[in-house]
Amino acid sequence: MGPDRSADRAAAWQPSDRELERRAVRRRQRLRSIAISTGLILVAAVVLSLVVTGSPGWPRFRETFLSWPDAKASFPQILDGFWINVKLFMVCEVCILVLGLAVALARTARSPWLAPVRVAAVVYTDLFRGVPTILLILMLGFGVPALRLQGLPTDELFWAGVALVLSYGAYVAEVFRAGIDSIHPSQVSSAVALGLSRPQALRFVVVPQGVRRVVPPLLNDFVSLQKDTALVSAVAVFDAVFAARDYTAFNFNYTPYVVVACFFVALTVPLARFTDWLQRRWLERERAGAL
Amino acid sequence: MTGPTADRQSQPLLRVANLRKTYGDRVVLDDIDLTVEQHDVICLIGSSGSGKSTLLRCLDLLEEIDDGEIELEGREVSDPLIDQRAVRRRIGMVFQAYNLFPHLSVLDNVTLAPRRVHGLSRTEAEQQAHELLDRFGLADQAAKHPDRLSGGQQQRVALVRALATRPALLLLDEITAALDPELVGDVLTIVRDLAASGTTMLLATHEMAFARDVATRVCFLDGGRILESGPPEQVFSEPREERTRQFLRRILPEA
Repeated sequence: MGPDRSADRAAAWQPSDRELERRAVRRRQRLRSIAISTGLILVAAVVLSLVVTGSPGWPRFRETFLSWPDAKASFPQILDGFWINVKLFMVCEVCILVLGLAVALARTARSPWLAPVRVAAVVYTDLFRGVPTILLILMLGFGVPALRLQGLPTDELFWAGVALVLSYGAYVAEVFRAGIDSIHPSQVSSAVALGLSRPQALRFVVVPQGVRRVVPPLLNDFVSLQKDTALVSAVAVFDAVFAARDYTAFNFNYTPYVVVACFFVALTVPLARFTDWLQRRWLERERAGAL
Repeated sequence: MTGPTADRQSQPLLRVANLRKTYGDRVVLDDIDLTVEQHDVICLIGSSGSGKSTLLRCLDLLEEIDDGEIELEGREVSDPLIDQRAVRRRIGMVFQAYNLFPHLSVLDNVTLAPRRVHGLSRTEAEQQAHELLDRFGLADQAAKHPDRLSGGQQQRVALVRALATRPALLLLDEITAALDPELVGDVLTIVRDLAASGTTMLLATHEMAFARDVATRVCFLDGGRILESGPPEQVFSEPREERTRQFLRRILPEA
């Protein structure tokens, strides 16, 4: 079947009356489901807002959390602080990817010479996944500078970043490992059968497939990391949250927290949507293969 | 009206008219007309990508069609407002890759639909399942999980699973294509028995000898069209179309 022939056929075909009728029905069904979902969302939103605004403490709440002048007044400082969050996130993300993949590869290593590396990788993931991120930030942010070691930076921001990398690196390593493990052994067999060494098989066959498979959960971890950059405020880094806290301490108004929350939502939503989109695309591709 | 049975006999079990299916710009099925009478065994033959599987999937409403009509027992089932589950209750389908549920035992695979869809009690469903499994030589496999079974056994279980709902029409999609040659015979014997006992079947197959023996009619698909159809003796021995001859020459080198 040549493509030209099929194109001819596609051009010659006219939908029958029955098909047109069917399309109309499908369109009506589609419109109906859109109407239902839109209607339900609106109803839910109205009910929710009525419940919230009807609550006894609402006037007081609006004054302390939703005050427009306070939002405007705190905005520039929060924006400045937020840049620290964004920069921290960008730098940490790259470091985490590298660290996570390295640890995952170390855990899959089979050579006896690499046994210490393998053990170190296992200990690292167990330890750093177990310790709450905020504790890591406190310990590294206050602890390491207190050692007054020569040549190491004493900046809290730096050590808070290191704590984030160590904590998330452990998670991401496990995600990578799951991806690598999910590749069927037959892929390794066929790579080895071609004469590739085991590391080569990993590098050229297994890892590329495994990584592709875990991109959605990885992105999910990064959405989470974006928010957790707020934890660095615990060691007095002047990020967005710290700026907001600073303002509330002086003005006894909590509106800046809401402003910070909006900043974070604005940052995370695009990445979350992108993750959804990617996931759907891959699902479709996998399904197409399953037909 | 003389009653539904008389009515049902007067009309074909399945009637397909001007069926068309596309994936984007690619026309997969084009202007398919097909009638299946009660007790027919219709073999769809043709090279890979000729549209055999897609046709079967369209008939089981697993794919939305782009034009044409499908009528089952006199009712148009290609209507978007139709209850698709009600249609599928009347049809059994077996896939090339068995598609057994790996988390369920053989018995549970077979009794799932009778119990959850057709409302049989567990005892009834299991009794019927044991009878069928017994008939197909699977009596001692009932408690096992699919991964303990050979491909041939799995495919026989899949057949039993499809038959357990007593479908009016059985769709078989290249059910021997994934099997070792020595296991193909077991499965085909069963299909032969089913044909002999009057089960109405529509099957896509690459087993030409089998099609020649069992089919009441053979349809040769090429590029999404039914290029030629007729009794097996005619299609295999004196095909009308050059394309059919070509295909048969390639697939039956000894002939």
